[in-house]
Amino acid sequence: MGYQWNWGVFLQPSASGDDTYLGWMFAGFKMTIALSLSAWVMALLLGALVGVLRTVPNKTLAGIATAYVELFRNVPLLVQLFIWYFVLPELLPASIGNAYKQSNPVLQQFLASMVCLGLFTSARVAEQVRAGINSLPKGQKNAGLALGFTLAQTYRFVMLPMAFRLVVPPLTSEFLNIFKNSAVCSTIGLLELAAQGRQLVDYTAQPYESFIAVTLSYIIINVTVMTLMHRFEKRIAVPGYIGGK
Amino acid sequence: MTYEFDWSSIPGALPFLWDGMKISLVITAQAVVIGIVWGTLLAMMRLSSVKPLSWFAAGYVNLFRAVPLVMVLLWFFLIVPEFVGQLFNIPKGTDLRLSSAMAGFALFEAAYYSEIIRAGIQSVPKGQIAAASALGMNYAQAMRLVVLPQAFRNMVPLLLTQAIILFQDTSLVYVSALADFFGAAYKVGDRDGRLVELLLFAGAVYFVICFSASQIVKRLQKKYHPA
Repeated sequence: MGYQWNWGVFLQPSASGDDTYLGWMFAGFKMTIALSLSAWVMALLLGALVGVLRTVPNKTLAGIATAYVELFRNVPLLVQLFIWYFVLPELLPASIGNAYKQSNPVLQQFLASMVCLGLFTSARVAEQVRAGINSLPKGQKNAGLALGFTLAQTYRFVMLPMAFRLVVPPLTSEFLNIFKNSAVCSTIGLLELAAQGRQLVDYTAQPYESFIAVTLSYIIINVTVMTLMHRFEKRIAVPGYIGGK
Repeated sequence: MTYEFDWSSIPGALPFLWDGMKISLVITAQAVVIGIVWGTLLAMMRLSSVKPLSWFAAGYVNLFRAVPLVMVLLWFFLIVPEFVGQLFNIPKGTDLRLSSAMAGFALFEAAYYSEIIRAGIQSVPKGQIAAASALGMNYAQAMRLVVLPQAFRNMVPLLLTQAIILFQDTSLVYVSALADFFGAAYKVGDRDGRLVELLLFAGAVYFVICFSASQIVKRLQKKYHPA
């Protein structure tokens, strides 16, 4: 095979002149991290709220929460992303929509990606939170109510502190997923890791080196997150449960 | 002023969209079949007492689970066809996109299926294997006739759920510029300047298919495992 390996290509000045190709990759790496972390914060907050709502006795609230989860789980991520990016700005009132369309394009891509990944993942987080709450023994809720707590207080002081600790291990895999899913955002032109990989192929004509480097970056992210979460899981495990002390 | 919807480009485009849907379904079907077969082999290797086999399977599964599907598809779009073409002297310009994307999907999904299947095999009590060997079966017979049939029965809902996820993921062949259902919808919307309507339509179609399928899986689950 006539392929010329050249790992030195990463140190060459890039086509834009002010950076190396390694610098491009690092910019993509930072974008992937920033996008995934900000979307994760959204997913945790919304997912916790929706997950709790799915377990409350109020039928209307539980129904709305169920509809939310089903909607975001049954439409492909790519379709959701395109709807946030291409459709939503059109449906806004013209004055807001036009102002938005004239704003910084990178900001538009980032916002659409963050909202999309955040809501998509929140539906999955909600399912885990619901499963965590439902796995608690029924006696805990009854005991809380019997002690004179209101339903809200029972959730706040009895059920949620337990449920949130139990739910950490399954959430780890969702946290890993959000980094992987962020690669989908390369399709709307956001220059994260996967998109930088494609650019590197085009500009350097060294496809193997470019893709190996990008793939390794994803593996590094994955291993780092897993290691950190494993430590966190150990610290937070509930004694007496599997995985607890 | 609000947006004025115009759905008129959809009816005429239905045959084209249906062609796209067929591609989506073909990719899903073959990735499910190859994924389950290769995933079963991987799961058996991983549980095998032959260390190199078990290491290989663990490495394979962990590698594919650490990398985004988009990256895998890009590998199979930009790099693998060239590599395979040179290896087997396939004339340049042959369109390998569909077969390459299908291979990428199948290899990727096998990693996920193998984890489901491994858990399924491990859920079968050890005594079953002991009983099978006591009856004079060898390992392969015990697996094929005793363990796997029970394991697969337990796994049916999970395997189907994974198939629904896989069907949603097929939209990502967009990165290799294939006209699957989503790609077709995007093309029509782009051509007619009706991206808003076509994207919403595509989302609705995916929702109806995936939601109905997941309701059927829920029923099956109740039938197999009445709680």
